[in-house]
Amino acid sequence: MFRFLTQLGNYVILLKKVFSKPEKAHVYYKQTLHELVYLGFNSVGIITIISFFMGAVITLQTAYNTENPIYPTYLIGLGCRDSIILEFSSSVAALILAGKVGSNIASELGTMRVTEQIDALEIMGVNSASYLILPKIIATLLFNPFLTLISIIVGIMGGWMAGTLSGVITSEDFIYGIQYAFIPYYITYSLIKTLFFAFIITTVSSYHGYNVEGGSLEVGQASTKAVVYSSVLILLFNVILTQLLLS
Amino acid sequence: MIKVSHLNKSFNGQPVLSDVSVTFEPGKTNLIIGRSGSGKTVLLKSIVGLHEIDSGEIWYEDTLFNKLDFNSRKEIRKEMGMLFQGSALFDSLTVEQNVRFPLDMFTDKSMEEKLDRVNFCLNRVDIHNANKLFPSELSGGMKKRVAIARAISLNPNYLFCDEPNSGLDPLTAILIDDLIKEITLEYNMTTIVNTHDMNSVMKIGEKIVFISDGYKCWEGTKNEILDSDCAILNDFVFANALAGQLKKSKGKPDQSSTSS
Repeated sequence: MFRFLTQLGNYVILLKKVFSKPEKAHVYYKQTLHELVYLGFNSVGIITIISFFMGAVITLQTAYNTENPIYPTYLIGLGCRDSIILEFSSSVAALILAGKVGSNIASELGTMRVTEQIDALEIMGVNSASYLILPKIIATLLFNPFLTLISIIVGIMGGWMAGTLSGVITSEDFIYGIQYAFIPYYITYSLIKTLFFAFIITTVSSYHGYNVEGGSLEVGQASTKAVVYSSVLILLFNVILTQLLLS
Repeated sequence: MIKVSHLNKSFNGQPVLSDVSVTFEPGKTNLIIGRSGSGKTVLLKSIVGLHEIDSGEIWYEDTLFNKLDFNSRKEIRKEMGMLFQGSALFDSLTVEQNVRFPLDMFTDKSMEEKLDRVNFCLNRVDIHNANKLFPSELSGGMKKRVAIARAISLNPNYLFCDEPNSGLDPLTAILIDDLIKEITLEYNMTTIVNTHDMNSVMKIGEKIVFISDGYKCWEGTKNEILDSDCAILNDFVFANALAGQLKKSKGKPDQSSTSS
């Protein structure tokens, strides 16, 4: 318990350093653009591929589990849409990003720490936490909602392709299903969750990477910890946010 | 001038530096020497504020550095340049961007002025046509020289070098030593160099502080070091086979060849 509180305290102290006034706004702006490409744009590929196949699998699973004449087939499209919007594109995609982006951030900062690059920034009088972490937070908060939207679109497209190509549902029924009883707030709910998850992934991973002590072994351990802690926190906040936003 | 007074530093209750007091003079190459694990790097990192000390005082001119908060320290840190053991160049930036970095952060110069300064600093350390290279494309000696160029880009008053010769061949090590010495004189900086290389000691050392097991055991000049009656220091100085033989034959290294 004491260790947990110490870690929580150190995390809060790090965040305080991160959100202090930047030295030079234009340097941070350039760094944020770099992170947008590095952490955001470079994640489009994996999110697209996984969303497409998950959409396909959700459609096929729904179809095989609702094989009953009582249920109208358009419910397959509806199930696919709601599963993707409510859970997959925000929560599951966040878990995937925790693996990709989280380990990336932790290993980058950890390597900078053990090779004294962070010390070099401090010696120059640069607030290293703010310079290195703040652009990552801004970049993920800006770009992850787009990733979620891309995931929703591609996931539903994957479901439509799998459903129509396998013959479990007609194109008309699927399209009717994804339009049926649509609640636009679900998109808002999904995007709000995405923002929270983006903040968790970036800050928790940065915390573990920034505070590495030792060598390459510890960098690897920090990377693993970043993914594990981010994932657990995402799952925990998923429950809390769902209760708060949908109840 | 940098003055360290009764400095104590421990890690997890284990003392690493005990009651270290020393004054580092401006315009001179001050050396901290000692065996590996003696506390040299901890002393250097404590002086620059990378380690918080347990007790004692660190003065930069008339400012008590260790009592300043982060923002107040920033002003003094802009006067510092540091050469790290592993160079600590930013991997994601090119040579030019690395040297330009302090200028981007702390000056309002135009890009043209900044590039002029970058090229001046790189020429000063004898690096040519490498502006667009990344640190991973440089040799160990080149990395050190680029790190020196970055350290002097803001015309600092204080230069700190942590094991500047580690991992370098003897000839490159001499080049780096010469460069540190020349730059110190040229900019009248207070330079502190951490080393366990006796060649560096005899080549560039003007004021030498010997640290052993966290204590300051000896302080003096490179001429005095050969006549010291400090047994631990003599063990360290004459550990080198050639120096040991010279001592046995009651000779001393040729002063003319070691003086700069």
